[in-house]
Amino acid sequence: MKHEDFKDNGYIEDLVAQLNGAGVNVIVGKADQLMNWSRANSLWPFCFGTSCCAIEFMCLGAARYDMARFGAEVARNSPRQADYIMCQGTITYRMAPVLKRLYEQMAEPKYVIACGACTVSGGPFKNSYCVVKGIDEIIPVDVYLPGCPPRPEAMFYALMQLQRKIKVTKFFGGANRKEKLTYAPENKAE
Amino acid sequence: MFDFASVANWLDEWLNGLMPSWLATTTECILVALFLLIAYSVIAMIYIMYERWVCGWIQCRRGPLRVGPAGTLQIFADVVKILSKEIITLWSNDKFLFFLAPFLVVLASVMTFACLPWGKGLQFIDFNIGVFFIIAVSSIGVLGILLAGWSSNSKYTLIGAMRSGAQMISYELSVGISILTIVCLAGTMSITGIVEAQEDCWFLFKGHLPALLAFIIYIIAANAENNRGPFDLPEAEHELTAGYHTEYSGIHYGLFYLAEYLNLFVVSGIASLLFLGGWMPLHIPGLDGFNAVMDYIPSTLWFLGKAFFMTFIFMWIRWSFPRVRIDQMLALEWRYLMPIGLVNLVVMAIVVTQGWHL
Amino acid sequence: MAELKELIGKLCPTAQFDDSGEFLLVTVEDAHWHQLACSLKTELHFDQLMALVGMDWGTTLGVVYYLTNTVTGDIIHVKVETDDRENPRIHSVSDIWAVANYQEREAYDFFGIIFINHPDMRRFFLRNDWVGHPLRKDYDASPEKNPIRLDDETNEDYTCSYREDENGKVTKVDGKVFEDDEYVINVGPQHPSTHGVMRYRVSLDGEMVKKVDVVSGYIHRGIEKMCESLTYPQTLLYTERMDYMAAHINRHCLCLCIEKALGIEVPRRAELIRLMMDELMRLSSHLLSYGCLTMDQGATTAFFYGFRDRELIYDIFDRTCGARMSMSYATIGGVVADIHPDFIKDVRHACDVIEKNMKEYHQLFTGNVIARNRMVGVGVLSKEQAIDYAITGPSGRASGCHCDVRKTHPYSLYNEFDFDEVVRTEGDSMARYMVRMDEMVQSIKILRQACDKLEQEGIEGEYIAKVPKMIKLPAGHWYQQVEASRGTFGVYIESDGDPKPFQKPTRMHFQSPCFNLIGVVDLTCRDNMIADLITITASIDFVIPDIDR
Repeated sequence: MKHEDFKDNGYIEDLVAQLNGAGVNVIVGKADQLMNWSRANSLWPFCFGTSCCAIEFMCLGAARYDMARFGAEVARNSPRQADYIMCQGTITYRMAPVLKRLYEQMAEPKYVIACGACTVSGGPFKNSYCVVKGIDEIIPVDVYLPGCPPRPEAMFYALMQLQRKIKVTKFFGGANRKEKLTYAPENKAE
Repeated sequence: MFDFASVANWLDEWLNGLMPSWLATTTECILVALFLLIAYSVIAMIYIMYERWVCGWIQCRRGPLRVGPAGTLQIFADVVKILSKEIITLWSNDKFLFFLAPFLVVLASVMTFACLPWGKGLQFIDFNIGVFFIIAVSSIGVLGILLAGWSSNSKYTLIGAMRSGAQMISYELSVGISILTIVCLAGTMSITGIVEAQEDCWFLFKGHLPALLAFIIYIIAANAENNRGPFDLPEAEHELTAGYHTEYSGIHYGLFYLAEYLNLFVVSGIASLLFLGGWMPLHIPGLDGFNAVMDYIPSTLWFLGKAFFMTFIFMWIRWSFPRVRIDQMLALEWRYLMPIGLVNLVVMAIVVTQGWHL
Repeated sequence: MAELKELIGKLCPTAQFDDSGEFLLVTVEDAHWHQLACSLKTELHFDQLMALVGMDWGTTLGVVYYLTNTVTGDIIHVKVETDDRENPRIHSVSDIWAVANYQEREAYDFFGIIFINHPDMRRFFLRNDWVGHPLRKDYDASPEKNPIRLDDETNEDYTCSYREDENGKVTKVDGKVFEDDEYVINVGPQHPSTHGVMRYRVSLDGEMVKKVDVVSGYIHRGIEKMCESLTYPQTLLYTERMDYMAAHINRHCLCLCIEKALGIEVPRRAELIRLMMDELMRLSSHLLSYGCLTMDQGATTAFFYGFRDRELIYDIFDRTCGARMSMSYATIGGVVADIHPDFIKDVRHACDVIEKNMKEYHQLFTGNVIARNRMVGVGVLSKEQAIDYAITGPSGRASGCHCDVRKTHPYSLYNEFDFDEVVRTEGDSMARYMVRMDEMVQSIKILRQACDKLEQEGIEGEYIAKVPKMIKLPAGHWYQQVEASRGTFGVYIESDGDPKPFQKPTRMHFQSPCFNLIGVVDLTCRDNMIADLITITASIDFVIPDIDR
């Protein structure tokens, strides 16, 4: 699918226009483009599935959908080596500190896709006494993907949406991940 | 057949004519090192893509195809990304050893890589004990892996490192013995010598049964030596998450990744050198016309073709077999491969002394 | 039933009986319970504890035990109550039925009932620092009491146990989980081969596993509590999100239970469609467990083969139900929509393809010498242990238990079908794997027969019965079990017969098969290697959300 075919990315386009409005140095701009291109096209997922969505994620990797086409099949089991965490499935109060820690263990740049209704808002378990109502209460989220569970096609959409978002970041010019400050690990030497 | 040695000689003379000989030697060294490193990274990148495509093909998938034409640029994206990833420093580990480990692993693979004969006269190092040198330097790799596992100060990595220590040191014996079998047949340890001894017939066919046995032992042991295929215990993803390199991120992890694929090329290259004639074209005794046609194919192509073919076999094994357990792996080596290899060596010696080979 | 009543009456004269329900209900006082339990097991051969349901009746707390006799198939249930809400205590039966160990920990976690003489009274699902017991009716659910805690949970290295001496005095005794100098590694909660967020704390001696401490609850979502605030049709959706690999079957079970309570007659055609969906689900589940088992052992390609064929089944679901997973298809009184016109054609096609590809699976993995070495004789579970731990489903049948509910207590239309119960006697990982593979053949057989039946009895027809708009269950309690893809899935519903509209269940308990399966992890993995831990847990094959609910 081509970039122009998406009609609903107005805000990303605006963001690009805004970023480029002040003018960009040619070298820095090109280097940024290269960096963004490579980061967007080499998204290695972290295997993090807690429930149903994980099965659809496996389907995503399997023969019919094959996320290897995007170069995203190198699923890493160690958070240090992964690029994005597609949080598949409900996060409970007991799991919340684990998820936060896993997120902190990932190397920058790191991205988060909240995959499935449970991670977006708590989903069908919103009224439960021990379910986190959306993982954005714990970690910053880049792409929200509703569905219970989302179909693999939807997961691809989320992946491509993440790629689009990555392509408007600036690596050489300016800091672009302010969350880093808010979510900094409090005490490393605990 | 074109001899690359003439190019090297011409370059040597030209440089010596331009500058004093010490400077010429230094320049040559730098040129060779540059060339080596470029070849190293290019081959590693090609191999990573090769693996991803082959694996996709075996698993009824398409593999990478969206980045660049038919996915060819995928690997560049990966490389640039991994170069720009954060390198995480842990607070509780031995930092010096932690950072040293990936370089040791890469060092071992670069040094073995340098010994491979790329074509007629195209070789970085050519000793009279080249094979011995390969065996010696390839064992530095295990040191890197052990250090990586130990210095990460994590329980998983430690188990991975201990497993790899047990595994690589054991299987090194079998690799050594099967290489020795061929050295016995060739009568020389020099890499050029071994290749040239296969001019009329490759050793795989020349040595009858013992050579075939040595070939099979070599394939199994090299797979284990490389932490691949059914022997990927040190990084056994489903047991130890990522094994010895669990705590490495960014380019440090990238170096392990690179070395893994380069080692794959090295073992395939050594297999083709020892058993399939290295850069030597396929010659069938008696068919002179056919042999002459084969000679027209450049020697580098022959070598790369054979190495890629061997790699394909390694990949095929890797993606088909389940992983062995640590005790079964050690039992396979110490109870079967090594005794068979030793007997095989004796048989080969008898075959050579009696002149029963082709 | 009368005979049983007499026999139990002899064993325990103070017991009260109620045989108005489906099964005999025995009510005993806690003081006599442990003794009665012993004699029930030894003399009346009630050797399997199927379900242990903690209850809060408002004024009293208690437990309902479902016992089954694996030889005759008799089922009774026993009710034990205590009216001490501050300090509720009931005698533990974990020494009689091993499965009660985790079940009682669950009841403690949810209701705060302390089981005397239980070896390990730690919380099971909730954090150690959780305030209150959530399934009690007087639980304070305000978020201030239990906020999201982002600090790491402390490991509970001490177990506490309440021991009773001869004089009946109960004292608290501390025990240790691991010794100080043991090499303990955490497998999970985030680990590729725990199949979800399960955590084993494994004590290692080199590569050998010395002890496994299961820490569960990382995906405990409080489904049972939520069901108490929903009407019956609304509760249906949660069944699919427990064992998502048996979504149809679980939902079918809850539907059957509610239908049983309401006395609704389901159209035969609807029942047939549900049965076909169940079998398709079983097929898909076994394909997944094949894939995961092979991948956990490093044979990645086999995983892809399994997934390739699952897509065919997903297509069938997709066309008829409109979703690939979480289909929400079965409903009270039938199914929500009619089948797709191509349904039978698709099912036949999928059966043919999978049957053909089964050979490939066996070639690729089963016959492989490495696979055989890793699975034969590894993690042996004897028949006695399987019954003691209430292991059902393929894992139980691999140990020689005849525990297929489709045969022992046929539900739906299963007694009309010709299929075999796959039973093996080895009880090792290979047997568990082979039982699944053979069950796939049986499922294909059932599906083909069902296709024929559906064609004979009319492709078109009614698919849902007349169901009252307001579903109100009479006062009482019901238990229904079905054969889910991983074992016996049971639903326990208790209703107070509230006449108001939008009636809600007083208690809804899901007896999930996987919950019992984790009970044997420690038993089977001990003295095996760490690589075997992965093989064994993969061959036992549990789905974590089903354990934690």
